[in-house]
Amino acid sequence: MSARAALAIRRWTPLSVAAVGTLAALAAALAFGPLFLDANALDRLTTLFIYVLLATMWNALAGYGGLVSVGQQAFFGIGAYAAIRLSSFGVGVYPALLLGGACAAALAYALSGFALRLRGGEFAIGMWVLAELLHLLVNLDRLIQGETGTSLIALNAFSPEHRRDYNYWLALASMGALVALVFALLRGRLGASVQAIRDNEEAAASLGVRVLATKRILFVVAGAGCGLAGTLYLATSISFQPATYFGVQWTAYMIFMALVGGLGTFEGPILGAIVFFLMESFFGATGIWYLVGLGATAVAFALYLPRGLWGTLEERFGLKLLPVGYRVAGAEGDGPARGRT
Amino acid sequence: MARASEQLPGDRSILAAEGVSKRFGALRVLEQVDFAVAAGEAVGIVGPNGAGKTTLLNVLAGAYAASAGTVRFRGANVTSSGAAERCRLGLARSHQVPRPFGGMTVFENTLVAASAGGGLRGATACERALDSLELCGMLRLANRRAESLGLLDRKRLELARALATGPTVLLLDEIGGGLTDAEADELVGAILGLRERGIALVWIEHLVHVLVRVVTRLVCMDAGRIIADGAPEAVMADAAVIDAYLGQGVA
Repeated sequence: MSARAALAIRRWTPLSVAAVGTLAALAAALAFGPLFLDANALDRLTTLFIYVLLATMWNALAGYGGLVSVGQQAFFGIGAYAAIRLSSFGVGVYPALLLGGACAAALAYALSGFALRLRGGEFAIGMWVLAELLHLLVNLDRLIQGETGTSLIALNAFSPEHRRDYNYWLALASMGALVALVFALLRGRLGASVQAIRDNEEAAASLGVRVLATKRILFVVAGAGCGLAGTLYLATSISFQPATYFGVQWTAYMIFMALVGGLGTFEGPILGAIVFFLMESFFGATGIWYLVGLGATAVAFALYLPRGLWGTLEERFGLKLLPVGYRVAGAEGDGPARGRT
Repeated sequence: MARASEQLPGDRSILAAEGVSKRFGALRVLEQVDFAVAAGEAVGIVGPNGAGKTTLLNVLAGAYAASAGTVRFRGANVTSSGAAERCRLGLARSHQVPRPFGGMTVFENTLVAASAGGGLRGATACERALDSLELCGMLRLANRRAESLGLLDRKRLELARALATGPTVLLLDEIGGGLTDAEADELVGAILGLRERGIALVWIEHLVHVLVRVVTRLVCMDAGRIIADGAPEAVMADAAVIDAYLGQGVA
């Protein structure tokens, strides 16, 4: 009994408190970005925020929930399409962009009853099929003019300078809010339940986990995040071509960022998004060789660093900046250097 | 021959299968099985491979839907309820082949059970998880990733997880299988601890000498039916049981 009394549950460490504080301070400082950053830096950072948002969403689904989707471009595309449609109905352009994310969440909810009954590879491919189907349906809307596409012309009511600032703030706020929401959800009851489902769905059900309802929450949040990313991308590019927004390359990028950073770690995909962003910044103009380089990098990670950058650091040094799990202080292996598995 | 006892509504039984059948296509695995457990009772189930023991347990736990018949738990008809719902009502189970949540720590494994199955939150859920680990002798492994555990510890974790849901009835599926006698002894210690807490047990096991140290009633199944039900000594001496399961010259 004395052994039991000496134990305590520890979730935060001084390091992780410092990390969260630093990130919050960084986000607050970035909010003043338009005051001290040039136009190019603002545009690039807006893109980075979109990537972090996408990587975090895909990681939440696949890394924590075991829901490997190859069809997240469905929500990216629908978010952008919904914003255009709403704007055409007279909704203010920035509210329409935000509501686009909400429409993607609603779509995820509507699809969840069907999609989440699929398992493993069936789910992965089924999502891709759904994305293609939605792409074709959007093409039927005359407003979109098929693959020719259209533009969110209402954005022209704002000067390019103002638009750049608003897009930057919207992207920063969306990323901050969604990443914080996923972090809070994964630290809460939902986090342990989704990981249990990921590791063994039948066992999770036998222990009382509401499998479908639990997966649905994750799926809807990820749909909202990917939808918002789509509307943010629309806000920066203005033009909407269905083939671009519903392209599977968006999911390929998400997978790349999550795998390179470290699937199933909270920090990893954020790091992966930065790596992807840097590769794009330096090599994106090289066209086909850039894509070859992305593929080669992904293969190299899969072969030699399967846990990704952060996953490897975490394994070696027990490093956790944004912990979603639990440590039992007083039991063996509760120190920072956790036992190798 | 000992007969399956008739269960009437309103009797002492906390968990009951009434006329339960289970078919997989043309294969009839359970045929009109009547089986009941009283609160706090410990029942062992034995029988040859393919007798339908695990299928009965799966139908009781809600992992399989019954093809015919009724399952009652704590007075309610739970025939159409899923496994998760039955677990939240207090019906827990272990799996024949342990199914740990490999990517999570041992503690997190039991915490899921305490919060999802036990309906507990925050510090109370953590306390329940730690209590369960302690009872199963796993406290020192609390921070280990479950995928790194050996067989005995995986079996212990199955038990600890089921216990953390706060069950009134616990279904154990060959939790002693594959263990040495010394290891099985350790597990029996933990299981006797559950009995002291008033948890009713339904325990499928081939290690009969281990089983009879815990259970007060034994059921023998063969070919999807219950062929004997009663005191362990009486069932073991039953001619039909010797014929179907134990073999001549064993009893």
